[in-house]
Amino acid sequence: MTVQEIREKIQAGLPGSEVEIQDPYNDGVHIKAIVKFSGFAGKSIVEQHRMVYATLKDELKAEVHALGLETTVS
Amino acid sequence: MDKELQGKIEGLIASKKIFLFMKGTPDAPMCGFSAGVTNVLRSLGADYNSFNVLSDMSVREGIKEFANWPTIPQLYIDGEFIGGHDIVVEMARSGELQKKIGV
Repeated sequence: MTVQEIREKIQAGLPGSEVEIQDPYNDGVHIKAIVKFSGFAGKSIVEQHRMVYATLKDELKAEVHALGLETTVS
Repeated sequence: MDKELQGKIEGLIASKKIFLFMKGTPDAPMCGFSAGVTNVLRSLGADYNSFNVLSDMSVREGIKEFANWPTIPQLYIDGEFIGGHDIVVEMARSGELQKKIGV
């Protein structure tokens, strides 16, 4: 799973979102995703994060150990 | 999730106003995000209980389903799921966490 694939998965699940992925250790394991999405409007931060997690259901079970998240309404 | 496991998780959460599911213990966290949350709680002087999910595979997997949240740590206050590392850090920065725990 590359950083690019993770970005594409989030964007596919949240159409129209802007996604920036940071991979500070360049290991594809400790990743941070910064997601701007109009669909976050009116949702709590927990709900916003759940929406991102839902797009990466399988990845979070397997190789991505921990995903840092920062979500904002675009 | 079976009833017994759900009851166990609910019992843990109800055992204390502030409850943390984490990897490792507050004195010896086994993951950077778990360490991050214990640091926040310590800095606020919060009185909390924790459970080391590495000691029990059923709780480790069950808690993800229970909260509909795929990662650990998970913080609960007054029985309510608050969030994981990023949310706890953000809420401490904004002062919202201090209000919730009453410090």
